[in-house]
Amino acid sequence: MPVITYRDALGDAIREEMRRDDRVFLMGEEVAVYNGAYKVSKGFLQEFGEMRVVDTPITELGFAGVGVGAAMVGLRPVIEFMTWNFALLAIDQVVNAAAKMLYMSGGQFNMPMVFRGPNGAALQLAAQHSQAWESWLAHIPGLKVVAPGTPYDAKGLLKSAIRDDNPVCVLEGEMLYNTKGEVPEGDYTIPLGKADLKREGDHCTIVTHGKMVLVAMQAADQLAKDGIRVDVVDLRTVRPIDVDAIVTSVKKTNRAVVLEEGWELCGVGAQVVDYVQRECFDLLDAPVVRVHQADVPMPYTKSLEKAAKPDLPKTIAAVRKVMYLD
Amino acid sequence: MSPSTMAAAKKKPDTPKGAAKSDPALNMELLHSMLLQRRFEERTAEAYALGKIGGFCHLYIGQEAVSTGSLSLLRPDDYVITTYRDHGQALARGMTPRAVMAELFGRQDGCSKGKGGSMHMFDRNLNFLGGHGIVGGHVPVAAGVGFAIKYRGGDQVIICFMGESVVNTGAFHEALNMAGLWKLPCVFIIENNRYGMGTALERASAIHDIYERGAAYNMRRAQCDGQDVFAVREAVGEAIELARKEQAPTLLEVRTYRFMGHSMSDAVSGTYRTKAELEEYMKRDPIVLLRTRMQENGELTDEQLAKMDEDIKAQVQDAWDFADASPELPAEALYEDVYADTHT
Repeated sequence: MPVITYRDALGDAIREEMRRDDRVFLMGEEVAVYNGAYKVSKGFLQEFGEMRVVDTPITELGFAGVGVGAAMVGLRPVIEFMTWNFALLAIDQVVNAAAKMLYMSGGQFNMPMVFRGPNGAALQLAAQHSQAWESWLAHIPGLKVVAPGTPYDAKGLLKSAIRDDNPVCVLEGEMLYNTKGEVPEGDYTIPLGKADLKREGDHCTIVTHGKMVLVAMQAADQLAKDGIRVDVVDLRTVRPIDVDAIVTSVKKTNRAVVLEEGWELCGVGAQVVDYVQRECFDLLDAPVVRVHQADVPMPYTKSLEKAAKPDLPKTIAAVRKVMYLD
Repeated sequence: MSPSTMAAAKKKPDTPKGAAKSDPALNMELLHSMLLQRRFEERTAEAYALGKIGGFCHLYIGQEAVSTGSLSLLRPDDYVITTYRDHGQALARGMTPRAVMAELFGRQDGCSKGKGGSMHMFDRNLNFLGGHGIVGGHVPVAAGVGFAIKYRGGDQVIICFMGESVVNTGAFHEALNMAGLWKLPCVFIIENNRYGMGTALERASAIHDIYERGAAYNMRRAQCDGQDVFAVREAVGEAIELARKEQAPTLLEVRTYRFMGHSMSDAVSGTYRTKAELEEYMKRDPIVLLRTRMQENGELTDEQLAKMDEDIKAQVQDAWDFADASPELPAEALYEDVYADTHT
């Protein structure tokens, strides 16, 4: 099977969907002439032309709204945010328009569209460019929220997102764009709303999504050397969330760690813990432990940034804690 | 092409008076449309006072020449999008009084099944893309519909209504910039009724001829009297022609006035405008202006007018009765229409 980057997997997904369906178009800052700020759309302009690969001014609220309008009348926009940090300028369109249109129109206007872009911290980009937004977006009924952690998942989930008849937010990882993995050529999709058991083990569950999947897998490798077998549940989709997959795993392991990039309060992990306490109360052998970003804006200072981020040592320590090994 | 060149290149249509004389049947339709909105909303206020309508409710009374004048020019395959002050435009676009009243009552036979309410009238069959509740938020959506028309190579247009307070939002400027940059077939109609809630235009906008904001986006711009349905038709007609034939947008400021409060929860006059000012503007009631002109032209007898009014009142009563009898959605509908089933 070919090994390609996460970036190319995303690009392949959009290109294949644009070839498959002429209602699909890509719009955002620098997507056309510049080939994409992160080169996801390299070569698109030459293949599809400027009507379907549309460079916008720096005007997030405006072009997110253009996507909403186009989706209302039957096109299938893929709206690229250069980063989800900039999408805050457009959040009225995402939340008040895209997410609510079907409901408040009594089922008349569905919104077949994708909002996508990198999410979460990269390296030393400081406070305004280093934020993970999934708990904000997942809070909103009407949206779907997808966070692929591998190249294979990136292509399959993005294709499903483009074909979905609802607004789907795809949270990519800036630090993942260069990661490589096996990705089949041609068409395949991964269903939204289904988690993926990335690693099987019976001692402890790690529930995670997006960029943190890599960290969870590394932690599972390390812990295996000490004889600790970890179940890694990759949510893949944060909304709808696959409660069954979480509960099934925790019923097997009786212990759980929840790993995410975002902040603690009202985070995705808080919701996962809620499902675990509701469904697995009598089966838990230890309180669930969460790993997340420190409760501060991201510092530029290299050592402080490292201290703020969830990482491999913190994840291993959390598993050892719920195993009562330390 | 500069906006002034574009404007100069257009042939002037007949004068409003000429139009009034030329087509009595059309004038009768216009009068009927406006009077229906007026009588409908008078009953809306009554229903609100009786508790049959809840939430926010913004009446359109005084501005009927804008909705009727504009929408009487559209084709069925054109699009309309508007704000939360949307009852009049919904009726003028052709929604039945029953569907609008049932929506106001929150019942399942409403145009949005009662889930939208006063501010969210939608009708897919009429390409009525909704009343929207966030000031300015629907203007980029209108640009998106214009983009989709161009994407498909169609010759439809979209009319986007907004209040004058919208021109101070970022969404307005972002949308107009793209519409001007990409030449989208959008007719942006500012219904300048002088007040954004209780804040006068002069207290909110650095310039007072707000159609001039179009200059920043190399967009054709114009202004017209919003109490004269023929003036509205002339101005909107030019804008539609430009959008349809040249796929170019227009920013049109229509000067009008609302005779009621901002919503049902505030006084008609008092804190931010005087009773004297209100009374002065009410002398230019758009329905009275049209009616008088038709009577002067010998196109409308007292009997015809009385009959029309009587029929409309009966139709509105029928809408009320229909809405009152329509049930609310059943409890299981709470979770319906959050997501669409995907078939692609």
